[in-house]
Amino acid sequence: MSSAPLAPLHLAVALDGTGWHPASWREPAARPQELFTAGYWAGLVTEAERGLLDFVTIEDGLGPQSSHPFEPDDRTDQVRGRLDAVQTAARVAPLTRHIGLVPTAVVTHTEPFHLSKAIATLDHVSNGRAGLRVRITARPDEAAHFGRRTIPRVGAYDSPAAREVVGGLFDEAADHVEVVRRLWDSWEDDAEIRDVATGRFVDRGKLHHIDFEGRYFSVRGPSVTPRPPQGQPVVTALAHGTLPYRLVARQADIGYVTPHDTGQARAIVAEIRAEQEAAGRAGQPLHVFADLVVFLDDAPGAAAARRERLDALAGGPYPSDARVFTGTPAGLADLLQEWRAAGLTGYRLRPAVLGHDLPAITRSLVPELQRRGVFRRAYEAGTLRGLLGLARPANRYAA
Amino acid sequence: MSKPLKRIHLAAHFPGVNNTTVWSDPEAGSHIDFGSFTHFAQTAERAKFDFLFLAEGLRLREQGGKIYDLDVVGRPDTFTVLAALAAVTERLGLTGTINSTFNEPYEVARQFASLDHLSGGRAAWNVVTSWDAFTGENFRRGGFLPKEERYSRAEEFLATANELLDSWHGDEIVADQATGTFLRDAKAGSFVHTGQHFDIHGRFNVPRSPQGRPVIFQAGDSDEGREFAAAGADAIFSRHTTLEAGQAFYTDVKRRLAAYGRRPEELLVLPAATFVLGDTDAEAEELAREVRRRQVSGATALKHLEFVWNRDLSSYDPEGPLPGIDPYVGGPHIAEGRAQVRMYRDPLATAREWRELAAANNWSIRDLVINTGNRQTFVGSPTTVARDIDHFVQSDASDGFILVPHITPGGLDAFADKVVPLLQEQGVFRSEYEGPTLRHQLGLAHPDDARGEWQAAS
Repeated sequence: MSSAPLAPLHLAVALDGTGWHPASWREPAARPQELFTAGYWAGLVTEAERGLLDFVTIEDGLGPQSSHPFEPDDRTDQVRGRLDAVQTAARVAPLTRHIGLVPTAVVTHTEPFHLSKAIATLDHVSNGRAGLRVRITARPDEAAHFGRRTIPRVGAYDSPAAREVVGGLFDEAADHVEVVRRLWDSWEDDAEIRDVATGRFVDRGKLHHIDFEGRYFSVRGPSVTPRPPQGQPVVTALAHGTLPYRLVARQADIGYVTPHDTGQARAIVAEIRAEQEAAGRAGQPLHVFADLVVFLDDAPGAAAARRERLDALAGGPYPSDARVFTGTPAGLADLLQEWRAAGLTGYRLRPAVLGHDLPAITRSLVPELQRRGVFRRAYEAGTLRGLLGLARPANRYAA
Repeated sequence: MSKPLKRIHLAAHFPGVNNTTVWSDPEAGSHIDFGSFTHFAQTAERAKFDFLFLAEGLRLREQGGKIYDLDVVGRPDTFTVLAALAAVTERLGLTGTINSTFNEPYEVARQFASLDHLSGGRAAWNVVTSWDAFTGENFRRGGFLPKEERYSRAEEFLATANELLDSWHGDEIVADQATGTFLRDAKAGSFVHTGQHFDIHGRFNVPRSPQGRPVIFQAGDSDEGREFAAAGADAIFSRHTTLEAGQAFYTDVKRRLAAYGRRPEELLVLPAATFVLGDTDAEAEELAREVRRRQVSGATALKHLEFVWNRDLSSYDPEGPLPGIDPYVGGPHIAEGRAQVRMYRDPLATAREWRELAAANNWSIRDLVINTGNRQTFVGSPTTVARDIDHFVQSDASDGFILVPHITPGGLDAFADKVVPLLQEQGVFRSEYEGPTLRHQLGLAHPDDARGEWQAAS
């Protein structure tokens, strides 16, 4: 390991249903009957805040969850159904004070104008703690829920057909985020003047038409919602290959990646940094977080036994895109420290069973990292950008 | 004949981007900070109001090609604010205006279902339509929708959203940890809709919410709008705040219900209303005149006149006489993103009428706008205002009101403290909420009642 002092480690947790293992809902701690209540989500986010985590992400999608990547299944033995993630984040915002709130939004079938004002408003209601995780969907069945376009069925992610379809969707996503970001800047910070003498509420010279014209959108602007407290809420995306790495490099503040060892992590970070340079963003801060599914138990062997039990219930091993860590909090702390040498700046942990592994993160892993001097002991900033060490960006339209 | 006293319904409209808002008042706070929404909502809930109402705009208003800067400009996203307000209130209904032109049914249905879950059954949807290309310039759909199709799209949009919301019945989630059955029905949420505007199929992914479907509100005074409300809305918002006009509207829309197999009490008539309170009637009258002058500055009066004249009048003196030139008829309208311009269907006739009024009363431009525009609905002491509201409702001119204060966020405080107790004493307004959901407060049946699947109390 390098002897130079490392920047503080950033830690986020990904919330989805009762946890990331498909049989997680069957654990005693899972509370599956409460999944569609506000209290359930408030409990999870306040627990994450108790652990001083940088932020939570909340999964979302425009169709039922499926064990198949491109089509729905008819399974009845797994959690199906979910609430709108932006609203879930907004619902818990007044109940928390420090933790960042990063809902997922599918950009393939939605309007950037709506998404921009929704996330700006999440930033307003949380006093500067909003982020956004953008994702695309290549599922033909989800396209049929909207009926405005058809998306051809692709057999596998790495086929040429898939690359063409998915490539177009990622290009569209990049434009979508560009529109969202321009709309956030379409009001200068001091546009509201309330000048009683002249009777003018705003200085309209500080409101800007964005006039975005692209292959997928034309949006005039300005936003109807004033610039959010962070100026630009934190944009994030999950990335598994060159196309999404490019989206991360062009448009995101954080990319979540899925290496399985330090060598892969180093290669992915290098690829993203190269894309960043190609996009003309070389000097700008861009976090690269590794995603890890975690089973955590203090007793040696207990996590592995739990994982085997859940795999048996699910009818086979959990096929995760991300590395699955099974072990003790101290063992995970070792891994997180070791992988940082690859250039990762933080981690997004996906608790296998939220009711069990989230408190293990907040009450065991976090104290362990604090003992090692690599994680905060108190929230040091009022906004999510502040927690992540990201400056508040200047407005692109300000003179 | 003595008939039983009607119970009054009251709602609170968060003041928005129109010239009823006196933003220049030292008491006026932010219309964006969540603290303002919290104060306003908690005041409404303290007063046991039925619901809070948020309007929506999808493009900043422009006039003469420039962003309109004389009123409050800007507002937050409807769903996001309502979801956050669900955290700081317990019983207050949460009503959002959502446009059926620039959204898709799958998305809106899951947003309302989510809001209903996250609020424990307090969501309501004010369905509005738009067709104008001006607003469309902010959306990928653009301004393609022909004007005459706006209600047909709205009707099909609402029907489609209801099909999606009804695609779960409420008993599908078993979540039996022992047997491993999460869903009772592998096809939960299945839907197929084939129509003129939407051709969609698949699986809806939000389970049935506490209210089954959000409460449906509709605003609009046109014949089509009234018919749309009679066919499928739970309440209609109107602008009629004189007794006679209110009674005529009330009779008309309630009469239309029978054609849809509905009873008169299944559609509430709720006009938007403003108020000014004073310790005495005289004090309130004087305050109302002062508020009105602050709502209509000279510059505002000229801009308002432009709605009719449809030409730049900025060179005129607002304290002087009305323009001698006639309105410009035809061509694009100078004021974009404004519903008011549609109120003046015959600009030449309106201009003639206004000139005569001004001449007869010796009014300047500003005087005319002050005296012909939206004057305060209820002005007086708390006793007078409580009496007038009650009279209006008992006379079948409405079922209650959506109150729009002229100050954000404290404009409701005095009404809550002084008027509501009087209405409660008279037994015409609740002292306690009727139940957990907005349907309970509005006295509306749950959509599943017909299936016998819903228990009213919980």
